[in-house]
Amino acid sequence: MIFKGKDIISIKDFSKKEINYILNYAEEMIPYANGENYKDILKGKVLSTLFFEPSTRTRLSFESSMNRLGGRVIGFADPSGTSQKKGESLADTIRMADSYSDAIVIRHPHEGAARLAAEFADSPVLNAGDGAGRHPTQCLLDLFTIRSEKKQIKNKNIVLLGDLKYGRTVHSLAYALALYGAKLTFVSPASLKMPNEVTNECKELGIDPFHTSSLEKTIKDADVLYVTRIQRERFPDAEEYNRVVGSYKINKSLLENAKENLIIMHPLPRVTEIHPEVDKTPHALYFKQAFNGVPVRMALLSLVMGGRL
Amino acid sequence: MKKELKVPRIKDGTVIDHITAGNAVKVLHILGIPKTTSSTVSVAMNVKSKLGKKDIVKVENRELDTKEVDKIALIAPKATINIVRDYRVTKKHKVKLPDEIVGIVSCSNPTCVSNANEPVECRFKIISRDPPKIKCYYCEREPEDIADRII
Repeated sequence: MIFKGKDIISIKDFSKKEINYILNYAEEMIPYANGENYKDILKGKVLSTLFFEPSTRTRLSFESSMNRLGGRVIGFADPSGTSQKKGESLADTIRMADSYSDAIVIRHPHEGAARLAAEFADSPVLNAGDGAGRHPTQCLLDLFTIRSEKKQIKNKNIVLLGDLKYGRTVHSLAYALALYGAKLTFVSPASLKMPNEVTNECKELGIDPFHTSSLEKTIKDADVLYVTRIQRERFPDAEEYNRVVGSYKINKSLLENAKENLIIMHPLPRVTEIHPEVDKTPHALYFKQAFNGVPVRMALLSLVMGGRL
Repeated sequence: MKKELKVPRIKDGTVIDHITAGNAVKVLHILGIPKTTSSTVSVAMNVKSKLGKKDIVKVENRELDTKEVDKIALIAPKATINIVRDYRVTKKHKVKLPDEIVGIVSCSNPTCVSNANEPVECRFKIISRDPPKIKCYYCEREPEDIADRII
């Protein structure tokens, strides 16, 4: 399987076989991700990280991944210090980064920005989130986490909760989970329902998701509860945001009805949707999920830049 | 009763028939008319036919090439193109959408990168031909009303 030079823009660009290959390689990366082992397979390589939108986990885990494989990182976490402020197009910024580095990681507020970047760069482009669009590396780490904890994804009851309309992680994830044959339930306020396109894609893969606004009714059968934040920054107006924020709260009393081995995931950051009292329960998996970003991104960087353990 | 032609026959040119009723003006827009021709163009709207109402466009002294007219399938998937020479139909074909269209339809998503100030044209993959359904190459959204998005 050849990944060298390949762009990572959307999870839909990959077959199940390719996804499994990446996840298996990510497993091999774990001792290198937690610092137990070290191998500088990307020595001499430079990664550009272009973050036009705020990020903590995605940016730091990409940078950690590159450093742990012996490579170097250039880039910015805030575009206010760049020529974008002077009106430079994204295409021109990408041309520059392409000439300075061996791979480009980009997060941008416009949907499709990573696809556009890939058109202007010869080096591989990795999408670290494009507006309310796609976030394929998050999707891969989520699949990696579910597969590690539940051994398989097929036939597992997976509940996606919260902002399913604007939440980019859930769009990629719903498609990928359907590809693996998971049973899907979408729980959201009526105004933040999963877009029809995503539901239709799941149906095309043979999975007919159940839509509801009631978490209480779905929690008892769930194997995985994937919680998302209601994102203020995606709302066109504050009034709509205020109507729905705080719609769902995960706390210990809700979890009394849950399966013993239910795992709760969250792409983070969380605000009020998961009470801190849940953190110490065996259900809480979100911090381990965040760590999994490192082995998965190490595997991707290594594959697209041609280094191999 | 004597049959009467609503739009006169043409000697040479192209007749686009079976356009979805009400879409003739949009067809002209796709073809760049009147900018691309100075010859006579006749338009008939809501013409009664066996299959209900339809629109017809006749462009004189211009033979539209297949690639050009296939774009029409975006809003009129059942349209037929007749090339007329000396009052006779010499070529007839049904419109067929290409696999991809560039620079014809704009994305309905205001935050799509193709609507930002970038040096790229709007680009869509065709996912269904009849009814026409398209998906943005960049943001993967599907515009609900394609006719409204024609540039």
